[in-house]
Amino acid sequence: MVIHSPIHVSLRGVTKAYESKLGRTHALGPIDIDLRRSEFVAIVGPSGCGKSTLLDVIAALIPPSAGLVTFEGRPIGNTVPDGIGVVFQENACFPWLNVADNITFGLRRQSVEKPEAERRLEDALQLMGLQDFARAFPAQLSGGMRQRVCIARTLVMQPRLILLDEPFGALDQQTRLLMGDELLRIWRATGATVLLITHALDEAAMLADRVAVMSARPGKILEVIETTWPRERDSQIVSMPEFGAITARLWTLLRAQSMQALRPEAV
Amino acid sequence: MHIVFYRLVAVFLPLTILEILCREHVIKPLILPAPSRILLGLWSVVAKGAFNAAILKTLANVGLAIVLSIAVGIAAGAAIHRSRHLRALLEPLFSTYYAIPIYAFYPLFIVVFGLGDAPQVLIGFMLAVVSMIVGTLAGLDSVPAVLGKTARVMQLGPVKTLRSVTMPYAAPYLFTGVKLAVAYAFIGVIGAEFIMSGTGLGYEIRFAYDNLDNDVMYPLILLILIIAVAINMSLDRWDRVLKSRRERG
Repeated sequence: MVIHSPIHVSLRGVTKAYESKLGRTHALGPIDIDLRRSEFVAIVGPSGCGKSTLLDVIAALIPPSAGLVTFEGRPIGNTVPDGIGVVFQENACFPWLNVADNITFGLRRQSVEKPEAERRLEDALQLMGLQDFARAFPAQLSGGMRQRVCIARTLVMQPRLILLDEPFGALDQQTRLLMGDELLRIWRATGATVLLITHALDEAAMLADRVAVMSARPGKILEVIETTWPRERDSQIVSMPEFGAITARLWTLLRAQSMQALRPEAV
Repeated sequence: MHIVFYRLVAVFLPLTILEILCREHVIKPLILPAPSRILLGLWSVVAKGAFNAAILKTLANVGLAIVLSIAVGIAAGAAIHRSRHLRALLEPLFSTYYAIPIYAFYPLFIVVFGLGDAPQVLIGFMLAVVSMIVGTLAGLDSVPAVLGKTARVMQLGPVKTLRSVTMPYAAPYLFTGVKLAVAYAFIGVIGAEFIMSGTGLGYEIRFAYDNLDNDVMYPLILLILIIAVAINMSLDRWDRVLKSRRERG
């Protein structure tokens, strides 16, 4: 059966271009990459290289200009397929709902039975350490807590593919490391495939099984680096010499690209 | 506690001064009766029930103007929000809209709609609807793009997105539009009753004024004041409850 194929997501010749009064802007690609089932993949690249566009294409939030994206063997169309969850960088909590109602929002829309919804809510609150905040409103929470609510809201839908678009971008370094640990815990607990878009090289090197490095716009995959970390890992690996070597390798690949993104005329 | 005390002082101190000035005949009763006399007059007007029909007529016309302006304002605001060209065309007009003296069109409305309630409701509606359109536009502008994406990830269709995400997010702005629409509808309808009408509170006040009947005119003015303030204060309270959840606790 297609669903048991080791390839969970596949991108072939995916490009994205935007038309405007100034002409055609080639934003992305062509991109070819496969995500294996239950794998943790990070994508790093310079600012404006099209990382978030790539995530939007995979999530079917925007159509590619060319190429094919398949999820569990089926081509992705115009609507977000079942089994995909997305966590965005921006605060996407619904401010008029409390934490519990935010988390169960999608479950209510999908008419999941109440006892089942409550069970999933309890699990998510516990997993994300939000038990004491179920009745709090987003405005009463810190940025990190709000992002946990958004992650919990994604998890209760039991996605098989979790797409994360710089989810910790607005958080301080310590909180990011701790949230990274939580993300690894969730990844192991759910068995989902995770694709993390980030600009933080250390975050990518610490969390991912493989790190794909993108070029400056139009973003293409320059190289995919295997980290070879064990599945049971946490943020303590940042003190290991291999972590430094991976981060250094990522920076070597990205330095020229980042400079090009900053000063396109100088390179 | 202090703020409530000062607020009461701000209301009752000028009233007390006015009461003394009226009782001492510094202000003549023909110009303004003492506030306590106006209050007693209001009780007598309400108890007798002579103006119940006028009160009901005004409230019904104001209510109709409010409902129409909210429904049309939200629909028009949503349509203008979707069309960039329509917005570019109309938005500059909204900022100058309240410079137009709408009452100047009253004779035209009478020619077109006759002497019934329609011209009064129309003036109330015309004054109120633009504040509702502007409130709707501000509300829809405020919805972050990420919430739209979240709705799509949750596989909500356009109607469900509007009902479950866009409208609840925009609610405080819409509510500001509603509050203004209520105030403008009162001003429009009662103003129109003043100028040319055979019924309603505005007409009764003008009739009492023409007959130098201060015992009716001032109590009716007070009645309008009480109704408008009571409605606005309840809306304001509701608004604060709505906003308190969203602001940092």
